[in-house]
Amino acid sequence: MAEAAPAKGGPGWTRWLVVAVPYLWSLVFFLAPFFIILKISLSQTAIAMPPYLPVFDGLSTFWESVGELNFDNYVFLAEDSLYIRAYLSSLKIAAVSTLLLLLIGYPMAYSMARAPKSVRPMLVMLVILPFWTSFLIRVYAWIGILKPEGLITVFLQWLGIYGPEDQLRVFNTETAVYIGIVYSYLPFMVLPLYSALEKLDMTLLEAASDLGCPPVKSFWVITFPLSLPGVIAGSFLCFIPIVGEFVIPDLLGGSSTLMIGKTLWSEFFSNRDWPLSSAVAVILLALLVVPIVIFQNYQKRI
Amino acid sequence: MNKNLGWFNLTSLVLGFAFLYLPILLLVVFSFNESKLVTVWAGFSTKWYVSMWANEGLMDAAWVTVRVGLLSATIATALGTLAALTLDRFHRFPGRTLFSGMVYAPLVMPEVITGLSLLLLFVAINFDRGFWTVTLAHTTLTMCFVAVVVQSRLVTFDKSLEEAAQDLGCPPVKTFFAITLPLILPAVVAGWMLAFTLSLDDLVIASFNTGPGATTLPIKIYSQVRLGVTPEINAICSIMIGIVAIGVIVASIATRRSELERDKAERAAFRVDG
Amino acid sequence: MAKTLGPVKRKFSPWDDPGAKPYIRFENVTKRFGDFTAVDDLSLDIYEREFFSLLGPSGCGKTTLMRMLAGFEEPTSGRILLDGKDLAGVPPYRRPVNMMFQSYALFPHMTVEGNIAFGLKQDGLPKPDIDARVKEMLKLVKLERFAQRKPHQLSGGQRQRVALARSLAKRPKVLLLDEPLGALDKKLREETQFELMDIQYELGLTFLIVTHDQEEAMTMSDRIAVMDLGKLVQVAPPAEIYELPNSRYVADFIGDINLIEGKIASAEGNRLRLACDGIGTSIEAEASGSGAAGETAWFAVRPEKVRISHDPPPEGTVNVLSGEVWDIGYLGDVSVYRVKLPNGAIVKSTLANVTRLVERPIGWDDKVYLTWPRDAGIVLTR
Repeated sequence: MAEAAPAKGGPGWTRWLVVAVPYLWSLVFFLAPFFIILKISLSQTAIAMPPYLPVFDGLSTFWESVGELNFDNYVFLAEDSLYIRAYLSSLKIAAVSTLLLLLIGYPMAYSMARAPKSVRPMLVMLVILPFWTSFLIRVYAWIGILKPEGLITVFLQWLGIYGPEDQLRVFNTETAVYIGIVYSYLPFMVLPLYSALEKLDMTLLEAASDLGCPPVKSFWVITFPLSLPGVIAGSFLCFIPIVGEFVIPDLLGGSSTLMIGKTLWSEFFSNRDWPLSSAVAVILLALLVVPIVIFQNYQKRI
Repeated sequence: MNKNLGWFNLTSLVLGFAFLYLPILLLVVFSFNESKLVTVWAGFSTKWYVSMWANEGLMDAAWVTVRVGLLSATIATALGTLAALTLDRFHRFPGRTLFSGMVYAPLVMPEVITGLSLLLLFVAINFDRGFWTVTLAHTTLTMCFVAVVVQSRLVTFDKSLEEAAQDLGCPPVKTFFAITLPLILPAVVAGWMLAFTLSLDDLVIASFNTGPGATTLPIKIYSQVRLGVTPEINAICSIMIGIVAIGVIVASIATRRSELERDKAERAAFRVDG
Repeated sequence: MAKTLGPVKRKFSPWDDPGAKPYIRFENVTKRFGDFTAVDDLSLDIYEREFFSLLGPSGCGKTTLMRMLAGFEEPTSGRILLDGKDLAGVPPYRRPVNMMFQSYALFPHMTVEGNIAFGLKQDGLPKPDIDARVKEMLKLVKLERFAQRKPHQLSGGQRQRVALARSLAKRPKVLLLDEPLGALDKKLREETQFELMDIQYELGLTFLIVTHDQEEAMTMSDRIAVMDLGKLVQVAPPAEIYELPNSRYVADFIGDINLIEGKIASAEGNRLRLACDGIGTSIEAEASGSGAAGETAWFAVRPEKVRISHDPPPEGTVNVLSGEVWDIGYLGDVSVYRVKLPNGAIVKSTLANVTRLVERPIGWDDKVYLTWPRDAGIVLTR
């Protein structure tokens, strides 16, 4: 601790208290659960207990009951193509959504960063404001819009584009999931992009144009490369949670959309198969470890 | 650059914000719909607000949610501020990398994983699920957001202010409360508000860790939405949106005003004394 | 000391008195940050009531040295003594030294009064005493009217004075000033220099000041320590630093100088002849101690001591160079002439502009003679 910043120096015990309290909390409530989830995923499905019943009589019996490791759950996951398809489909949906978010978010963030300085704080607030309203509410709002008898159908019928019998067939499809994801995650993409673009020194562009670089080209050789940290941070900030997303595919995707968060949820709440859902979570986590580490490195940089 | 926004910038802003706000606007509008059908306008009415108010299950859930939010946000703010101080001030201690990992990972960790793993912990230590498990779970999630918000303020904090205080005879702990905390307070308050809204908002982690008598509003709304859309849900959503909007607008006007006063005072100082 | 150079600004030179007790003593102090050595085995004595400057480029370790005295850094090895007591392990808030920060570090959420009273409150002084002291301090820095203002409502010069008042309020034995005038404009800086000197003299304090501005150090200090790469290069009163630098580094760092490389051709008594290929002739100078025949040495002469003239000097004059005026820098009070010798070397000479002529007597491309007496410069061997 000799290298610790001098300003916070002083009695050793206060320093240790500052570190120890959040550290222990995170160890107990964030890290330890992962070992438990791993342990349970390696236990037998037969001894899994339905939720809402206090079955484990204490730590000792709990550890006894999960004492024998076996990989049945993982074998089961590997053999049933449903799970593999769910993982792949989640990754695909997350990747495509992240791309869509970039395509929509970048022009927005760019325009915000180019807006007059006086209105920028207001624009940032406008982006953040929906984030303060409930996620669930925002997804719910789309049900009313996308339903077959929903607002878009009504609107198109009113315009005369749709006949009285025509209905929008988007609800309960992957398209609806994409719309919901892009809508919900847009602020997470726009804000890191905006902060990267806003930091950009405008004289760089002036220098480029002074040296004979046309605007569109200077965007690609100057602005975009310098905004890359924001692009990467925003992409991971969206991609990682989208892979495990549950609410959006459940409410907008219906039964036709396969996503692993939904699978985990139904294994847990409907089939009450705790060891299997733990195994699903462990594999999901394993898939996300690399992106999470990359994200952390970028998080530290911006 | 150009003082006027070009057509490209203007279009992308207008389309972007329309996309963000139109659904919320429609939701609020249809909460005043006379008809039970959410999509067909049948005249103005506030009857869904009345029936929502009479819906005891909904009101109970709202009350539980607020209590969980207040408590978890407060604990999370204390823990998150300590975590931010740790990350900002102590660059070498055993397990620092692990610690920073544990602070940043929950920001992106899929909620189904966090929720399930916490539940298994509570079961393993035989902790009865209910109000407290949800509160602890929310504290764990939201403290990381507080830590990030407070840390970003600490990065720009002028450390020589603390050194000056110590130089003048103020011990470190007292320095924190006399100098550091008052100056980072806006970030701490913002962190608390973020933690509170995240807690109000959370469905997945709460669903895993809830127990008898601890049904939160999102759980209630979710189960009702699964049964079908009713304008009652629109009404309670509109009220939540209204509360948040008023809160955010009041907060931003307050900060804007204090900034303006500060600017004015600064200009006055230079005018008078050169 | 090789030579005395007339009276210093006050009769004050405890460092020449072998019996004087140093007030602050750095004993073989080393400070490392990882692989980087900021302060390297440094020993230094500073005396009571001294106005002492640490002068050097950024990164030379001067700020680290000061921060170790304030208690913000602990030395990696060595001891720091204050009034005979070892400061090791004494936290900053228990040291009888106060510091004025480069950024001023005024507490933005407190008024001017609150800032000045802060240190006194930490000592638990009774309120009437605090009020009296704050009033006294406000008077000292002429800020009585601004007691209730917040720091952001003050101009740069006023903030600097609040910072000074705050660090003086506890009547510290030693006041540390980290680039105290760095943020002020030139005019204000000059005024404030004299104010600081008056305050230091009146209150009888020991001032340790860190600066990279040589003029500031020259004006205010009793002694200056020139630092480079974590070591002291020379510690001496300003005039001695200027006239008798002990190395090329000091000579070059303080003021303007002509440095001419050569080989010592002969050294008899206190006379020394330096063969300088660079200017194609040899230089007659006074020996300054070290340096034997055959060694490489540098002749250092300040431009204002080099006489410039159209007319050839009388026969028998030592140290005569001739060349063409290559460049003239007009600075108002003086003009700097850069003279190009036939072999291309440049020698600088300054001339005070004592007449009010716009047209100067010596112009571009003029053929001129440069001369200086034997004792005008100094021979440096490092």
